[in-house]
Amino acid sequence: MSTLLRTSPQDQFFAGARACVPVAVSVAAYGLVWGVLARGAGLSPLEVVLMSGLVFAGSAQFVALDQWNQVPALLPIGPLILAAFIVNLRYLLLTATLRPLFPERRLGWRSLSMYLVTDENWAMTVAAMARGEGSIAFLMGGGALAFCSWMLTNLVGYGLGSAIDDPSRWGLDFAFTATFLALLLGMWKGRQDIVPWLVAGLAAILTSKVIGGSWHILVGGIVGSLAGATLEWRRSRVHQS
Amino acid sequence: MYTSPEALLAILGMAVATIAIKVSGLLLADRLPRQGFAAAWLRHIPGAVLAALVAPALATGNLAEVAAALVTGGTFLLFRNLFLAMAAGVATVFLVRMLVGA
Repeated sequence: MSTLLRTSPQDQFFAGARACVPVAVSVAAYGLVWGVLARGAGLSPLEVVLMSGLVFAGSAQFVALDQWNQVPALLPIGPLILAAFIVNLRYLLLTATLRPLFPERRLGWRSLSMYLVTDENWAMTVAAMARGEGSIAFLMGGGALAFCSWMLTNLVGYGLGSAIDDPSRWGLDFAFTATFLALLLGMWKGRQDIVPWLVAGLAAILTSKVIGGSWHILVGGIVGSLAGATLEWRRSRVHQS
Repeated sequence: MYTSPEALLAILGMAVATIAIKVSGLLLADRLPRQGFAAAWLRHIPGAVLAALVAPALATGNLAEVAAALVTGGTFLLFRNLFLAMAAGVATVFLVRMLVGA
């Protein structure tokens, strides 16, 4: 808490951006790929800028490319919106954990700051909160960096067109997994984490095998955290009686 | 530089759906109690979501991914440096794939 009181919002903003530099690399790798694929799917440069700027959600944008149609009359508008809604449902879980960053009771327009929340700056901010740090400015700094690197690499990828094949040739497809694995290890608080993490992982593996898409994140996150909460709740009841 | 009313409508709809979910999570969090079962549930969400993000990628991975995951985890536990851990993992995947020829 002491560092939070001493540093200005500007310092926090840049600290958040700095903290997100490692994950911005994986954002950039995916951004390049999305740009290349968007050109293949027939989006115009204006549509690329609009979608990346307004929707700003990687997995939902990848799914949208699958559904896109160059002919306006054939564009599946309803399914596109529904898919974005379902793929992004997991953000309910993410932004709910950021509530302690706002000291005020009524949020109003400030809640729109959640627009800049991505997996990357969310994870960095939650890790900072666990250390007693983290702030809205910190979150926004990471979000601004993720936004810039996403938009920039989308356009570069679009420009490169089909010149780039998939980033797996350079092992860059693993940057995402490696980053989240290291973040997960950094969240280790003790043996009480074993069960929820195992349950979340197994549920996610099962879900990705059965349903596919990005449902495994939502299912694993809910089932795993419920398992952890149930264990903790039962343990506290045993202590009371 | 062009677009169509249909494409504009689809993109705006996607944007509104996405922002509505992100804002709702924050607003709904207020209705949940700060202690007890729901609070414990919220506390366990971040780790569970991260585990759910990582697990399928590792389960479907081959030798390169599993080796790189071990290197990434080991590097992070040793140095507590996220970028170093990520770079070590990417380098391992790249090298193993090259050696194995996958």
